[in-house]
Amino acid sequence: MKQIEAVKRANVQPLSRPGTGARQWRGAVLLALPVLLFLISFALGRYPVAPDQLLTVLTTKIFGLERTWPETLDTVVFQVRLPRIIAAMLVGAALSIAGAAYQGMFKNPLVSPDILGASAGAGFGAALAIFYSFSIAGIQAASFICGLAAVLLAYSISSRTRHDPMLSLVLCGILVGTLFTAGTSLIKYIADPYDKLPAITYWLLGSLASIAPRDVYSILIPMLAGAVPLYLLRWRLNVLSLGEEEARALGIDTGRIKLLVIICSTLMTAAAVSVCGVIGWVGLLVPHLARMIVGPNYKVLLPTSILIGSSYLLLVDDLARLMAAVEIPLGVLTSLIGAPFFLYLLQHSRRGWS
Amino acid sequence: MRLELKDVTCGYGNKPVVRRVSLPVDAGEVLYLLGPNGSGKTTLFKTILGLLKLQSGDILIGGENIRSLSRTQIAKIMGYIPQAHTPPFPYQVLDVVLMGRTAHLGPFASPSSKDMQIAEEAIDTLHISHLRDKIYTQISGGERQLVLIARALAQQPQVLIMDEPTSNLDFGNQMMVLKQVRQLAGLGLAVIMSSHFPGHALLNATKVLLLNKGKTFGPGSPGETVTEENLKELFGVDVKIITTGMNGGESKVIVPLTDRMIKKIGGD
Repeated sequence: MKQIEAVKRANVQPLSRPGTGARQWRGAVLLALPVLLFLISFALGRYPVAPDQLLTVLTTKIFGLERTWPETLDTVVFQVRLPRIIAAMLVGAALSIAGAAYQGMFKNPLVSPDILGASAGAGFGAALAIFYSFSIAGIQAASFICGLAAVLLAYSISSRTRHDPMLSLVLCGILVGTLFTAGTSLIKYIADPYDKLPAITYWLLGSLASIAPRDVYSILIPMLAGAVPLYLLRWRLNVLSLGEEEARALGIDTGRIKLLVIICSTLMTAAAVSVCGVIGWVGLLVPHLARMIVGPNYKVLLPTSILIGSSYLLLVDDLARLMAAVEIPLGVLTSLIGAPFFLYLLQHSRRGWS
Repeated sequence: MRLELKDVTCGYGNKPVVRRVSLPVDAGEVLYLLGPNGSGKTTLFKTILGLLKLQSGDILIGGENIRSLSRTQIAKIMGYIPQAHTPPFPYQVLDVVLMGRTAHLGPFASPSSKDMQIAEEAIDTLHISHLRDKIYTQISGGERQLVLIARALAQQPQVLIMDEPTSNLDFGNQMMVLKQVRQLAGLGLAVIMSSHFPGHALLNATKVLLLNKGKTFGPGSPGETVTEENLKELFGVDVKIITTGMNGGESKVIVPLTDRMIKKIGGD
């Protein structure tokens, strides 16, 4: 029996207590990962841009020097690849920290950032906007607003119930999500099958193919507005993950913090879904991975989730545009990769959710 | 600091679980709550901590009504030690103890080096520095209980509320926790705790309150509350309380009677 315990401990320990040196290495690798992927991603694709070429283009642009290269390169870098790469990193990072915050708040490592209906609502908004032939900006706005509205609805219904507040919040989220998903199905059913239906379906699958520079700006604001308060709340998130009653006994006004976490996570999730559709599994998987590497303390968990999340989604998006002659929808790939990877993580460690 | 309950009735919703409790607890005292399962010990604790709304009555800490205090203010005065549990995430023991500092931090702040020092001192007070870097979810139940006590100490409260701190512990750890409780009371804390072991109250308590089906008896000294008749009424068990001594010290032991012994007593 003791031997089994010892073996268990030996299996779990190595990741948990690295020395200072190991920790610095880990930090360096985590920081280098997104930078490397950023550079590599420019070099991949139908019009590769080598890292040295990229640096010249970027520095020249920043310092306002004269252009010495063909206009195509300029277009590829600034109109196509840079927005897409930045959007991938932003969306990956946002979904990851939103997921990390929710997992702590709901005391459940299996929660994803759209558990309160943000994605279902945003999907419905987009479908509705496509159905009524809105412009792209209109589709994004409708999607963002419906994503927020869904969560707001779930929150306000749950605050009327008198049961376990966390449980009723999750149940109301699932309920509202189901309603909005049903609405989306209804719109798909009545949409024009040659024109609107494929557009809706494609949008819901999730993709970063049509990202424009403008989109990056429009998601940057809600994402920062969500990420900054969450980072500031990092210590309270630790305490909140002990459970509502204990957190209150330790001096936290849980009602207010919960509302703030919900608002922040929803802003980020709705912003992400509004420009690139539904991207599953990122917000569930990345916080897990991050927790396995650096432990559950939000002080380091949030920055690590940002680094891993941005790298992960960028990598998957590179695969999405390179793997086949036609683009594979990003949302399909994140699920295809995410689910088996998650299974692997579960089997190979107990750390992360004990 | 004095904690005072005045005619407190509490429970869930409109249903009272505990009716009309009045008691004072002063610094240095250890008040034991004894009662069968479901008698409302935890409910009373949650009410004292302000986690449950009072149905009627008043709770005063240092003369101030708890209704007028914020969560942070309450947490600075009262530390809560819940029953040892396993949280879903594997925090380091030091981090768990540091969480006790939360009430002393600004809403967006993280613990400073001063908080770290206070946490380390709390860990030293309980002699658990060997656990400092361990993972909280991987240590034993007894060790977790000690970590939770250290966390409450890091909170620097004047009142400690402990919910059955000995119920999941082996005999050695039970005695260790009891000793810690005595020492903490010696440091000037007012301690309120519940227990499933009436014997512990005889060993450790300065005051005992008995809870049974919403009714209360006491508070009184252990000698006048933990009696053979009261234990029979509370738990439905026939017992004999025996006094034993050594080197001039005296200790009371509760012995449950077997069927045969009861017959004999009846026959005499």
